[in-house]
Parts: sequence; structure tokens; C-alpha cells
Amino acid sequence: MTSAIKRQDRLTAYAFIAPQLAGTVAFVLIPLVLVFWYSLHEWNVLANTFTFTGADNYRQLADDPNVPKVLLATLFFSAGLVVVNLSLALLLAVLLNQKLRGTTVFRVMFFSPVVVSLVAWTIVWRFMLQDNGGINAFLNAVGLDGPNWLRSGGTAMAAVIVVQVLKNVGLNMVLFLAALQGVPPELYEAARTDGANAWTVFRRITLPLISPTILLTSIITVVGSLQVFAQIAVLTEGGPGTSTTVLVYYLYQQAFQFHAFGYGATLSVLLFLIVLALTVFQWQLRKRWVFHES
Amino acid sequence: MKLRAAIASIVLLVSITACGNSQDGGSGPVTLRMTTWSANEAHVKLFTEIAAEYTQAHPDVTIKFDALPVDTYTTTLTTQIAGGNAPDLAWILEGAAPDFVSSGALAPVDDAIENPAELAPSATALWKQDGKLIAYPFSTSPFGVFVNTDLLTQAGQTLPTGDDWTWDNAVAVAAATAARTGKQGLVPRDFDYKDWTNLAPIFDGWGAQAWSADGKTCGFDQQPMIDAMTFIHQAIFSKKAIPGPGVAADFFAGESAMTITQISRASLLKDGKFKWALVPLPAGPKGKYSVIGQGGVGVMKQGKHVDAAKDFLKFFTGDANSAKLAQFFPPPRTPQLTADTLAKSNPLLSKEQLQSVVIDGISNGVVKPSHADNAQISQAVRSALDPMWKDGADVPAVLKSVCTAIQPVLAK
Repeated sequence: MTSAIKRQDRLTAYAFIAPQLAGTVAFVLIPLVLVFWYSLHEWNVLANTFTFTGADNYRQLADDPNVPKVLLATLFFSAGLVVVNLSLALLLAVLLNQKLRGTTVFRVMFFSPVVVSLVAWTIVWRFMLQDNGGINAFLNAVGLDGPNWLRSGGTAMAAVIVVQVLKNVGLNMVLFLAALQGVPPELYEAARTDGANAWTVFRRITLPLISPTILLTSIITVVGSLQVFAQIAVLTEGGPGTSTTVLVYYLYQQAFQFHAFGYGATLSVLLFLIVLALTVFQWQLRKRWVFHES
Repeated sequence: MKLRAAIASIVLLVSITACGNSQDGGSGPVTLRMTTWSANEAHVKLFTEIAAEYTQAHPDVTIKFDALPVDTYTTTLTTQIAGGNAPDLAWILEGAAPDFVSSGALAPVDDAIENPAELAPSATALWKQDGKLIAYPFSTSPFGVFVNTDLLTQAGQTLPTGDDWTWDNAVAVAAATAARTGKQGLVPRDFDYKDWTNLAPIFDGWGAQAWSADGKTCGFDQQPMIDAMTFIHQAIFSKKAIPGPGVAADFFAGESAMTITQISRASLLKDGKFKWALVPLPAGPKGKYSVIGQGGVGVMKQGKHVDAAKDFLKFFTGDANSAKLAQFFPPPRTPQLTADTLAKSNPLLSKEQLQSVVIDGISNGVVKPSHADNAQISQAVRSALDPMWKDGADVPAVLKSVCTAIQPVLAK
């Protein structure tokens, strides 16, 4: 009897996860296996040929003079994004965690870009950042001469990072806010009684107690940063030169613009390995610096 | 238990995918799909009329026009082919022509063209392989210069004519008009510091070539290209005749004095709010010349109904329909290339404009640059040219770096 009920429960549980599982199998696992398979082929879509070439695409990857540049741009973008995003999100969360009038308005203000369509957000920023756009018009009005943000090597990457940070900083901010509010107030009281100053309190109590959230937000942000595509496609198309050609955009160019689907698949394998390695690395690291896990 | 659930999910999935897999049979009703890059209402209306006429004679055939955005047209088309969803007929942009023609993606259409002897050889050159016609060049559209004469008058400028219509004078007038009206001067349309092939209507005037005729040798570091690009660079940064990078200006919205584009854009001036003129490209140091952009239409080998598609192509591009299409797309058929015939269907343009820009343009025109590895080369050129688009750039050095970037691909 009991086992019959258990069995029934299990079936119900499987029935509930079946749609999600079907989606994961169809759109994640099967494509993942196929990408590995494609990466061993030369696939010319127009000529309708699909030839097994073994490790040729991987040799091409090792010899491709663009790959180091692309990886460097990806690293620059991810590092910039993670540092700026997490520090700004934490700063905002600490500021908005005060019991002051108007904090709700500010919380809504910083969070609202998260719910705006990514492409719409990026297109508006493209208009703002172009040479005769809103930002330079403002700078002009106060007597400054703004650079051509999206067209000069120095500023294009910075502009893409800032646009992306402003879009998503609210999400990390809310996660940090929730974590900050979970810190027991008596710990702060005890510390102050012991004579700790604000910085010591933050470093010795707040940071360790919100470390699981820092881990979570850093994983989300790093993995998200490796997937950046629409922003690059809309703002810079990988330029000027190849200064903003990150890995995802480069693989899009190879597969969909140059019709080299096999080589594009090889680049996706590289991207997959990088994401996997970073996630494993961060997961291992948690034992050392996440407070609850030790 | 876990295994069984996993198998059940996979079975479910396979059954879902299997539903979408049914194919049209060999006989019975046929739906032909043609991809285009024009969602222009007037164009679509004409296509639908032609298709309706065809369906009357062939009741079992339905034609569907699928308009894709032009800036991602080739990418979308290729993705559809890769996904096993190739259209039956497809428009092909001239830049992608060598790739499509040489890859074997298209079925030869010699037997699907009415009176092939009528086709102008300059129009079909890009679309032939081993003597076979691979796609039909339904649009052969020369580049010209549209001028906002209201803006010129406002700036106290007159449009140079005859032998005075040179690039030097065109740029001088554009710069003066821009300076006095606060609008922009001369806009090479769709260039936007990305699609450099839209500079061909300028640099061809210096006899410059992106690469040699056999496509093997880079031409960017040659003297004609250096001279032409230096001229363009000065027009942008010293003379302020061409808007700089990142500056948006639409001629057809009255925001610039002149634009270089194809005559098929004339339809954008239908409810024009300003007076305008259309003139041939100015003369360059090499004298008078013209540049044409092309669009072809072909039958996809990977489509489901190759024969039916060929039959419709014959109807769509035959003498009668070619004449109708001529109001938007200058036809490759020589008997139809007379100012009188074209004037009937082009109410916006005068006979003189049609003769000087369209007819003379098609017979003497050079097609915009294209190559079998077009997307890859264009992207490499674009990247390498980027350092040139700032004040004080070393033009010859940048052009040399373009050749360094593309020579390995050209030589392949």
C-alpha cells in the first residue's frame, strides 16, 4: 500500500518535471551533443555538403590569428562588467538599505531597466551615444567635447560595458538588498558595543554574511557576460576594428555571416568549455570564502 | 524508474518533432515561397498581382512572398537553408552573388527564361557560371546622386552641370550647403562607416578597385585607391562635406543636401516635401563612369518544388511582367531599356533622368565589388578600415593594413 502511494507520488513528480525536462533535452542537451558533432565537420550550407574533417576545425582554432584578440576582448568585457556591476550593485544596495525617505523610489528607479526589453534599451543607448547624440549634446551644453563613444577603440568597449551594467545592476542590487536585510541586527549592535567602526563592521560582519549572495551574483554575472550578443550587435557590430568582437559575436560571424557552420560549432565548444571551467572554479572557490559553506 | 521517465520524455519529444516533419508530396497543391528584401507596399502589391495572375492559370499553385529585412537578408536566408527550410525561389544581393552562383545552391535557369537573347550581357555577367545562367538579374539599378535643390537654393548654391559636374565641385557645393544650412552635405547612403562597398560609386571614379578582376590580388594599397580614399577622407574631416562617423542623416527626410544611391530609391520621394533632382555620378579624375547595384532571383536546389519554381520564374520575369517590374527595378531586357518604355512606369523620373542615369548607366556600368568569400572579406575590410575614420589618420598606412588583412583570403 505504502509503496503504491510512493510510486504514485514519484510518477506525479516526474509528470511535473517532464515539460521542463523535455525542454532541456530538446534545446540544451541534444544541441550540445550536436555542436560537438558539427565541430568535427566542414558544413557548407549553400553547397549542401557536410564532410567529416576530424580535428581540422580545432587546428584552425589554434591557428586563427583573431582568436587571441577575441578572447582578450571577451576577458576585458567580462572582467569590466563583473567588477563594475557587482561593486555598483553592492554600493547601491548598502545606500538603499538605510531607513530614509524616498528609498523605495530609488529602488524602483534602479530596478526598472531590468524589465525593459534588452534590444529596445540598447537601441535607445545607441542613439544617445552616437556622435551627434544625446550624451554629447549634453556635454556640449556644459562646454565639453565628448568623444565619438561607439567609434573609438578606447571608449567603445567601456560604453558597451556601462550600457550593460545600467541594464542589469538593479537585479544584483535587489539580491544584495535581500541579503543585507537578512543580516541579524544584533550582530551589528554587538560589534558597535565592542567599538568597531563602520568599515570594520562592513568588512567583518556584512561581507561574510552576504558572501553566498556575492557568489551567486558573480556566477550569474560572469556567465551572463560571456553570452553578451545583442548589445554588441546593436551598438558596435564588433568594431571599431575587432575591439568589441567578443567570443559569442565572433562565432555568430563565422557561422551565420561567413557560412562556416563547422568552425562556428568549434567556437561554441570553446565557449562551452570556458563557461564550464569558470563555473567549476567558482564553485570550488566557495568553500574558501563563502561563510555558510565552511 | 528514472530511466523509464527519461525514456518517456524522449518518446514524447520525438513524437512532437515528428509532427512537423511531413513533406509535400510530388503532386497535388503546391505552395511556392519566394524570399525578398522588400516589404515596400507598392512592390508587394505588384508581386501579389503577378502571382494571382499565375494562380489563375495554375489553380494548384499558390505563391507566398516572404519579405526579410535587407540588412540581415543573406544571413537569414542561409539560416533558413541550414535549418532545412530553404525557400523555392530567393532574391540574391549582388554581394552574395558569387557565393550563391559558385556553390551550386541554385538550379540553372536557362530553360526558365523567356527570350534570353534580350538580356544585356553587362547585366548577366555576375550571374553566370560555365556559360549557364544561374540566376535572373531582375534589378540592375545604377547609382546616381539625388540632390535637394531647395537646400542648395537656401544656401545660395547652384548645382554644377555638364563638364563642371565633378567630384571636386560636388563636394564643394555639399560642404557649402552644409555649412550654411546646418544640415548635412553629401551622404553615401547605407555606408554608415560599415558597408564600405557603398563607397564604390565614389572610388570607381578614380579607377580604383577593391581587388583585381580575378579576385586574387588586393587593390586597396594601389595608387588609385589611395587617391580616392584620401579624397573621401578630406571630404569628411577637412571639408565637412560628408557627415562623420556616427552622425545620422536621412536625405529622404530632408536632412542632407545630396545622397548617392540607386534610382530604385526614387519611390521614397513620392510625397517629397522638397524639390529634388537626380543626376549621374560626378566625373572623377578618370572621367565619366557609372556603377550599378544588382539583385538576382534564383531557384533553390534545396527547395521542395524546383520545377514548379522554374515555371513561375519564367512567368515572373517574362517580357510582360518584366515591363511591369521595371517601374521599381530596371530590367536586364535590352528592348525595355529605352527612355520611352521606362518613362511609362516611372512617373517620378523625367525621360532625361532615365536616359542619363539609368540607360547610360546600365550599358557602361561596373557592378559593385563582390567576391566568393564576400561576407568574410567585407568584414575584414570593414575592421581594417575603421582606423581611417578619424581626423589625421594615415590613409596609405590604413589601406596597406587592409591588404594585409584580406590578401590571405583573396589568395585562397
